[in-house]
Amino acid sequence: MAYSDKVIDHYDHPRNVGSLDKSDPNVGTGMVGAPECGDVMKLQVKVNPETGVIEDAKFKTFGCGSAIASSSLATEWLRGKTVDEALAIKNTDIVNELSLPPVKIHCSVLAEDAIKAAINDYRAKVAKTTPVAAVTA
Amino acid sequence: MKLPIYMDNHATSPVDPRVFQAMTPYLTNIFGNAASRNHSFGWQAEEAVEKARKQVANLIGATSKEIVFTSGATESNNLALKGVAEMYAEKGNHIITAATEHKAILDTCKRLEKHGVRVTYLPVEQNGLVDLDKLRMAITDKTILISIMHANNEIGVVQPIREIGKIARERGVLLHTDGTQAAGKIPVNVLEDNIDLMSISAHKMYGPKGVGALYVRRRNPRVQLTAQMDGGGHERGMRSGTLNIPGIVGLGEACAIAQAEMPAEAKRMAFLRDKLKDRLMSSLDEVYINGTMEHRLPNNLNISFAYVEGESLLMGINDIAVSSGSACTSATLEPSYVLKALGAGDDLAHSSIRFGLGRFNTEEEVDYVAGKVIEVVKKLRELSPLYEMFKEGIDLSKVQWTAH
Repeated sequence: MAYSDKVIDHYDHPRNVGSLDKSDPNVGTGMVGAPECGDVMKLQVKVNPETGVIEDAKFKTFGCGSAIASSSLATEWLRGKTVDEALAIKNTDIVNELSLPPVKIHCSVLAEDAIKAAINDYRAKVAKTTPVAAVTA
Repeated sequence: MKLPIYMDNHATSPVDPRVFQAMTPYLTNIFGNAASRNHSFGWQAEEAVEKARKQVANLIGATSKEIVFTSGATESNNLALKGVAEMYAEKGNHIITAATEHKAILDTCKRLEKHGVRVTYLPVEQNGLVDLDKLRMAITDKTILISIMHANNEIGVVQPIREIGKIARERGVLLHTDGTQAAGKIPVNVLEDNIDLMSISAHKMYGPKGVGALYVRRRNPRVQLTAQMDGGGHERGMRSGTLNIPGIVGLGEACAIAQAEMPAEAKRMAFLRDKLKDRLMSSLDEVYINGTMEHRLPNNLNISFAYVEGESLLMGINDIAVSSGSACTSATLEPSYVLKALGAGDDLAHSSIRFGLGRFNTEEEVDYVAGKVIEVVKKLRELSPLYEMFKEGIDLSKVQWTAH
């Protein structure tokens, strides 16, 4: 199968590889997929609690080139977005940007799920530690 | 050294220049139909076919009359299984095969099942070999055929075919073996091994694509087949169709070369394969060999690099042609059923790479391949959340995954 130039670029030069401190209250972690399915994505966001803007995003992915590219692209897009903007990212945006073929659409779905899981994790942390009024501010 | 490097010789192999040379006259000047009995064009073609028939027979310890030329091992497998099932229908309707067979066997069995044949798919042990006791237990008075491959196309393990042949003989059951990967690579003798039918392919042993053979035993016992292709009654009525003379000449020459060079070549293959294995295993942790090393083709290495997905590894070594058992590289999006049959877990199937060394690989190429694979596995493990968790001491089998 031929890969698009953008997939190859993300595979050769993955952006924002790494891990953030899971225990940091401002860090949300999402891990989706399963080893026996052949792909696992870990995506983390670090949110500025004052502004709600994602200041940092990191990923690690076990999966094919398209899965690596999808998560790498996701971290690029997440940086500088507010939490609400991040939740608006759709898997089809990733498909279009990377020109993924139909058999690789599940990679983009996984990336969207990882974004949602990371942000939900962050929100759950905030809900636990902060009065409700502050969360909605 | 030229890139890309071809190390996928279980898929197919390049035509040996000597084979090509032997074929050339039959693609140009000598074009007769071997069935033309009344002129020299036909006689020349027939002479070439009979020479090739002898060469194929010699390689496996058979006689010329026991060789039926076909279009390849898939056709040979189809002819053997369907031909026996139909011919011996009155004797019984039960076939025994194994879970790790090639699809040309498994799918043929699936079709036979639709026509009332009962098929037992023997499991294999973790080393990839069939358990002889399980085979014995599976035989019933309705069993007409055992079909067990000689060497596996993915993991290269060599089944104890001589022991299987002994069991089949004792119980009065025919033994077919898919010899696609074994023929020309390791010694095969249909008499000593009690093989009654054997499929052979030319293009896995440096011959051309589109030609193969089926060995059909003529004595003790005489095996009969119902033809699956109707027509002019070629190949003693077992396979109609004008003979593919250049292909058959190529198959014959490939067999002759393989037979003459097997001792030296097998030794060289094993040396290169072991060098590749040792370098990979000494430079990387969490590397697992799939299938036994003890009973294995000398040119095969099937290895799983845990926590790295196979297709992403292939992408990183794109100047090397190998294959993977990863779901992403298969048409069905399922990981290798052969590796699954070993019971090692799907995750290791997703991480597997098959190296198939061949006659034209050099030591320099092996060094390059080892270096490149090591580099890319290390890079991908930096990217792998699973490797990170493994390093943190987390038991991945106890993690609650969100399967999708």
